[in-house]
Amino acid sequence: MIEQIVFYLFGGILLLSASMVVVMRNPIHSALFLVLSFFASAAIWLLLQAEFLAITLVLVYVGAVMVLFLFVVMMLDINLVTVREGFARFLPVGITVAVFMIAAMGLVVSSDYFISDTYMPIKSIGLDYSNTKELGLTLYTQYLYQFEIAGAILLVAIVAAISLSMSKSKVNKSISPEQQVIVKKIDRLRVVKMKAEPNIKSREI
Amino acid sequence: MVTLPEVLSLAALLFCISIAGIFLNRKNVIILLMCIELMLLSVNMNFIAFSYFLNDIHGQIFVFFILTVAAAEAAIGLAILVVMFRNKGSINVDDLNSMKG
Repeated sequence: MIEQIVFYLFGGILLLSASMVVVMRNPIHSALFLVLSFFASAAIWLLLQAEFLAITLVLVYVGAVMVLFLFVVMMLDINLVTVREGFARFLPVGITVAVFMIAAMGLVVSSDYFISDTYMPIKSIGLDYSNTKELGLTLYTQYLYQFEIAGAILLVAIVAAISLSMSKSKVNKSISPEQQVIVKKIDRLRVVKMKAEPNIKSREI
Repeated sequence: MVTLPEVLSLAALLFCISIAGIFLNRKNVIILLMCIELMLLSVNMNFIAFSYFLNDIHGQIFVFFILTVAAAEAAIGLAILVVMFRNKGSINVDDLNSMKG
């Protein structure tokens, strides 16, 4: 009973904050409601005994990705008036598509297939059970190759993000070497012929 | 106790809200990225629900990989957004028509 109360409470918070993300006028408010929805879904994941992933969601998503989102939203100077136009125009289309998808997914979910005895969690788990340990034992043995690929994907993401957003303006006065080696003497040095000034020394004295 | 159809309906509703968000916020790329994050979250919730109700840890491994890819996607998407704002001065999707595709 208490499980159901917790599930419906956090599920309601999740759906409410997700719809606020969609309809909010200010992108900063949307980002903050997205943080709230991540917290609510982390609570639901805790209820479903995925403790490590719930903590990862809070640390990685709320701590890193959403801070990045807020950084970008606050850095860009967005014109809120032009951003909102077209909201009413696309409202019928959006709601129609959403209702169709809810109907289709509801037909799938409400079938008898998902309430059979196959989908029964083991209720009695010992106190020495560790979700993190189980996850690590599987991840570092059976999924080791995929784990390495995930690390490579993160490296590619770092390189791509830095090279995309790095500004092209020069910060120092160094000359590029390929321009330096093709320089001739005639480009840099000019010999000027002029008459010598007479009797400078004698005049100053 | 919580049953599997309840969790699946919650994830389906979350997915539909984010689909509607993509249709509604056509002018704002930041909200589009946030809606993609919400869709990935609902998919992850399905994975975790099946992992719990089938007593199988492999679903949580998949959630781990999806989180990795989603973080990479968010970083690259925001970098593209910053470059787009620097070049075009707006984050409107309709301004991305210079390739005439």
